Amino acid sequence: MMNAAFPLMGNSGAAAASSAKVAVRDQSVSAPSTTSLRMKVKQVNFYYGKNHALHNVSLDVATNRVTALIGPSGCGKSTLLRTLNRMHETLRHTRLEGEITLDSVNILTLDVTKLRRMVGMVFQKPNPFPKSIFENVAYGLRINGHAGRLDDAVEKSLRRASLWDEVKDQLHKSAYALSGGQQQRLCIARALAVDPEVLLLDEPCSALDPVNTAKIEELLFELKATCTLVIVTHNMQQAARVSDSTAFMLNGELIEFSPTAQLFTTPADPRTEAYITGRFG
Amino acid sequence: MSARLIWRKSLNVTMFSLTGVCALITVAALFFILGYLVWNGGKDLSWNFFTRLPVPVGEAGGGMANAILGSLKLLLLAALFGVPIGLLGGMYLAEFGGRTIPFLVRYTADLLNGVPSIVIGIFAYTLVVMPMHHFSTLAGGFALGIMVIPTVLRNTESFLRDVPTSLREGAFALGANKWRTVATVVLPAASRGILTGALLALARVAGETAPLLFTAFGNRYWSPGWMQPTSSLPVVIYTYATGPYEDWHQQAWAAGLVLLGLVLLTNIVVRAFLSRGTSFERL
Amino acid sequence: MASTPNAAMPAGLAWSPRALLRRLRGADEIAHLITLIAAAILLLITALLVYQLWIHSAEARHRFGWNFFVTRTWDPVAGEFGALPFIYGTLVTSAVALLLAVPLGVGGAIFLAELAPPKLSSSLTFVSDLLAAVPSVIYGLLGVFLLVPLMRTTVQPALKKTLGFLPLFQGPAYGIGFLTAGIVLAVMIVPFVLSVSREVLLAVPRDQREAALALGATKWESTWLVVVPAGRIGIFGSVFLALARALGETMAVTMVVGNNPKIAASLFSPGYSIAAVLANEFSEATGNLYLSALIELALVLFLLTFVLNGLARLLILITTARGSGVLPT
Repeated sequence: MMNAAFPLMGNSGAAAASSAKVAVRDQSVSAPSTTSLRMKVKQVNFYYGKNHALHNVSLDVATNRVTALIGPSGCGKSTLLRTLNRMHETLRHTRLEGEITLDSVNILTLDVTKLRRMVGMVFQKPNPFPKSIFENVAYGLRINGHAGRLDDAVEKSLRRASLWDEVKDQLHKSAYALSGGQQQRLCIARALAVDPEVLLLDEPCSALDPVNTAKIEELLFELKATCTLVIVTHNMQQAARVSDSTAFMLNGELIEFSPTAQLFTTPADPRTEAYITGRFG
Repeated sequence: MSARLIWRKSLNVTMFSLTGVCALITVAALFFILGYLVWNGGKDLSWNFFTRLPVPVGEAGGGMANAILGSLKLLLLAALFGVPIGLLGGMYLAEFGGRTIPFLVRYTADLLNGVPSIVIGIFAYTLVVMPMHHFSTLAGGFALGIMVIPTVLRNTESFLRDVPTSLREGAFALGANKWRTVATVVLPAASRGILTGALLALARVAGETAPLLFTAFGNRYWSPGWMQPTSSLPVVIYTYATGPYEDWHQQAWAAGLVLLGLVLLTNIVVRAFLSRGTSFERL
Repeated sequence: MASTPNAAMPAGLAWSPRALLRRLRGADEIAHLITLIAAAILLLITALLVYQLWIHSAEARHRFGWNFFVTRTWDPVAGEFGALPFIYGTLVTSAVALLLAVPLGVGGAIFLAELAPPKLSSSLTFVSDLLAAVPSVIYGLLGVFLLVPLMRTTVQPALKKTLGFLPLFQGPAYGIGFLTAGIVLAVMIVPFVLSVSREVLLAVPRDQREAALALGATKWESTWLVVVPAGRIGIFGSVFLALARALGETMAVTMVVGNNPKIAASLFSPGYSIAAVLANEFSEATGNLYLSALIELALVLFLLTFVLNGLARLLILITTARGSGVLPT
């Protein structure tokens, strides 16, 4: 019901995303005149048991753009992110209503392992497997029956994650020997190895220091050329720095979804304004 | 200081000293047992003990090679039977189970773990020995295997549960399905704990006598294959210690030292290995 | 608007044979099934254990009924079987063991949990755990050759001299008997009392100790009046656990108890226990009635330990859950 105040949220969001060039730093390479949409979230309601966690959320994820989800903790931004590759199904007693599409296909009709290969994920805390650096990156390739040479694919992924130069001489050392920031970039490399179309990042820098955070943010700009990114962050400055469009969520509702520059300079909703000016949350 | 305070303070010192004595007695018992066995059994240990068959009473020399081999065969059977069931059952509890069945399985495992070993022996007798009409290595291995299952199962479960959820999510997010995740990420991460748990369980049944009395029975000679009665170290210790001959008593001491040495050594090595921590604890 | 349950499978199809087959093709379902089978084998073995003991004891149960538990004659030749001497012996030896082991174990646990520095505490606990790993037959060996002569020549005469007015400490000093078996059992169960009690005490929240100390209590007073009472249910649990072990302990008891089915007030008297009679007579039992009487004894032993273990686990669960402020999951 609350949502009735924003009936065309999805559409206006899409329009906003297409004019995302006003974002702080837009480096999109191919720069199509009308940006296509990789994922669409339509009227999604989500429940943890009886707890109604997402209320009629609709959101469009533009191809080769960075979409940021912000909001106070507990607002449902991580929940929304996890529905995009159905990670919520690892928890019991969850229910999803509505429709989420990836390239116009309902993700609920896809095989879940196939979906997650196309929609990768990086988590809040680095979670490398207790294996070597090489094996971590190769993991996704191995389980998906990679045909080509693993060495090349691993190198390529590590290069994409800007980690290759730091680890090329110690590929067979344990991943736990790396620093926290390196571990997180390793996790990104691991996710990139299977060539996902979309990469979901759940507060990827929350466990890192400023230097490593800057490295990851730099990395996101580079990845945008080849991959669609959705990032959850509790850090508004980060959202402003890295994203093209930003969605503000509150109490399980999507309050406002606009091009990042617009959302942070001229928010349409008073609640958004209250949040970005630090009056709550 | 008031008399009351002096009383309270001296009570404090006295009682804590007494608890210290309690702890000391308990701990000293182990060193005493070990020392006494070394003292009594050490001098009868020789190469022959490990390589020769028992000789008739009165003859010099002779060993317990058949009992040592018998114990190893029994342990091998117990491991082959008990460890896979315990491992898979533990995986079920930690990774696949719902609500009701895991509760039942967990409860039953604890119950089975508490069943006296002599009762397990009788169960194995009615189930294996009675239909076959004779004692066998197989029946003994079966009895010991039953005793291994609950320990391995509960151990496996708890070590799998200690693996952080984030590792599972990392694998899921790469498109791994559940069994892939368990087999390639979770199980390897918990493997050290699971292995040590299994070794401790085997070390425990290695010293069991009661379940073997009416299953593996005993044998003065080598036991070929798996269908013959077989000698084993614990049963030999029991038979020799309660027998009437001085030679036997000496052999019992030596066998006791070997058995205790093996059991304690396994425990120490395995526990030290485990306490070095699991590989993912730095996360 | 599509509503989709967790599994991507439409719910209505899940139980039709074809859908079941399709589900089984998925590797996850196969893995689920295999592990479920392993868990089911455990349930099956336990059920089978009860069933086997039950049917193989049928003859004795029908012949003697409840009289089995109150008759004191055990005469295989005449075909008369009464379990009372064995039940009595089991209970007496276990009681002696508890009387000795509980103060020792709880006292040691208090020292390890409250006073000893963490490093010393964990290494002493390690040694105590090793003591628990010593095979039963080793205890029997030491019992036969060390404790029995010692009891005969020193301990029992001394007890007779000092406490001989009690019926408990009268009669000839054989060395073997209830008291000796109880002492061996005590050494065997101390590690259990100690390590479980220690854990229970460590689970008592810090603030409770500090509250007592802040009121001016000495360390002993805070321990004895606050910490131990807070953990008492768990300590009871450890005692039940130890009792269950003592009741079922076979080899060490068999080797020192004397193996004589009689009921005597004196602890010096040779006796018998359920586990010991099973160890001694089972493989020599001739005739179905004899065998089934022995199996009924095994059934009794099983039920005793079953009840005690259940009780012990419940009590330990209650205290550790309450102490650490976490609900049992």
